[in-house]
Amino acid sequence: MKISKEQVQYVARLARLELEPEQLDNFARQLATILDYMETLSRVDTTGVEPTAHVLSITNAFRRDQVRQHLDRSQALANAPASEEGSFVVPKVI
Amino acid sequence: MQLYSLTLSQARSMLQEGRVSAVELTRAVLERIDSLDSRINAYITVDPEGALEAARRADSAIAAGNRQALTGIPVAVKDLICTRRMPTTCGSRILKNFRPPYDATVICRLEEQGAVVLGKLNMDEFAMGSTNEHSAFGPTRNPWDLERIPGGSSGGAAAAVAADMCLAALGSDTGGSVRQPASHCGVVGLKPTYGRVSRFGLVAFASSLDQIGPLCKTVADAAVVLEAISGHDPADSTSVPEPVPDYASLLEGDLKGLRIGLPKEYFRVEGLDAGVRQAVEKAVRVLVDLGAGVVDISLPHSRHAVAAYYVIAPCEASSNLARYDGVKYGLREKEQDGLVAMYNATRSRGFGAEVQRRIILGTFALSAGYYDAYYGKASQVRTLIVDDFKQAFEKCDVIAAPVAPTPAYRLGETIDDPLAMYLSDVFTLAANLAGIPALSVPCGMADGGLPVGLQLMGAHFDEATLLKVGHRFEQAAGIDAKPQLD
Repeated sequence: MKISKEQVQYVARLARLELEPEQLDNFARQLATILDYMETLSRVDTTGVEPTAHVLSITNAFRRDQVRQHLDRSQALANAPASEEGSFVVPKVI
Repeated sequence: MQLYSLTLSQARSMLQEGRVSAVELTRAVLERIDSLDSRINAYITVDPEGALEAARRADSAIAAGNRQALTGIPVAVKDLICTRRMPTTCGSRILKNFRPPYDATVICRLEEQGAVVLGKLNMDEFAMGSTNEHSAFGPTRNPWDLERIPGGSSGGAAAAVAADMCLAALGSDTGGSVRQPASHCGVVGLKPTYGRVSRFGLVAFASSLDQIGPLCKTVADAAVVLEAISGHDPADSTSVPEPVPDYASLLEGDLKGLRIGLPKEYFRVEGLDAGVRQAVEKAVRVLVDLGAGVVDISLPHSRHAVAAYYVIAPCEASSNLARYDGVKYGLREKEQDGLVAMYNATRSRGFGAEVQRRIILGTFALSAGYYDAYYGKASQVRTLIVDDFKQAFEKCDVIAAPVAPTPAYRLGETIDDPLAMYLSDVFTLAANLAGIPALSVPCGMADGGLPVGLQLMGAHFDEATLLKVGHRFEQAAGIDAKPQLD
């Protein structure tokens, strides 16, 4: 499968990654090789086969909606690169 | 015999009989790390003070007659298992200084059982890799040959156990990341059934595949650790409320009547090393001598496991790793240029090449127009792989196979060829896709004196049979060579 640099660039943008020109070349080449290999899947007859997302028979795990022990605000913010007045601080959005 | 070279079971007896204290044992292992790890690089973080404090508590507990399964045993965990008292880096620059505000459930269980946690083990970044070269903290080296990879992604765990820098370790296995490094380093590694061990506090890579498992010096040791960490956890809704057997008491017993399935497709894989094949075939003969019977089985869809896995796992990873945005924890770059520029800069500089490659692959496979051909198709093929195993386990009790097609590569051999690295996971991926348990046990040496592992796969929640077969094999085969490091 041919993957253009523009396609890699587009996907990188979706994934919030910014690639150097050299990385873009590398990834385009490597992805083409990898996706060629993935093409083998298209040869498998999967007519009427249900997809598997999860291998166990458990479905939903319910619990009571009760307040339990939880992290306090200072613990939750302790690793934040920036915080102020009990909130995460992000760079200017608009 | 040096204290650090004890197995977990030997150390338990000596601690119980008062022939060694937990502090003496912990000191011996810490000194071993000090003298050796500059050559191997198995640890990202070592916490001598915390370990010695835990060892002192263990000695008090023993004196008071409150001994638990792991009291005083020095262990270490892969650095994607959250620990409050040590950083948890996932082998990544993006989490270099991350200190979790809570302990993973497996850490709580180890500590409830009295274990002494020494430190955090090196790994491929976010568990993506089969060589441990994809770590932001430098590659780990194989104790059997320092110019070779230890395997991955739990390479630090396997190397530390092999080099006597801990008595047991916990790793995680998403596509072979416990079993393959165990095989390359000549130690025992177990991937339990999906849902057997709580993943609360395990940093997520591919959530439908990830499972925590022990790496140990013997199968009996793995049985003890598995029992300590298994069981339902209300904090992990994918952990299963199945009772946990007393694995260590189920190791002995006859193998008469046991049916070992040999998947014909596995032994026809192109690139299977002759030494690996011979070691595995010889191991099967040992099991036959112990009374087991052999049946030929077929896993016809196993040849599609690599393609299915390397669609599904990167798709899940691209979603799981979206959380690293420079806001709540971890690295933040380029603050001044607005939010999106900050995201882009943080993620591009925080993640290494292999992680970026998989995020892009996964994002691509999930993007509009490609979803059905890749993720949808791979999920259907996964069903066929699950069905293959269901049919196989009607004919046999345990499946025997190689773990990896070759012994450990030299460092750098696959660094520019990701597909070659992915293809080396050919024997381990299917167990993750099907959620079944699988064990790697050392079974001999290939050319160049490099260890080879035998893989035993079992039905869901039948770890007990794998451990019994592995234990009986280990006893009969008497493989106890150790790497020469002194």
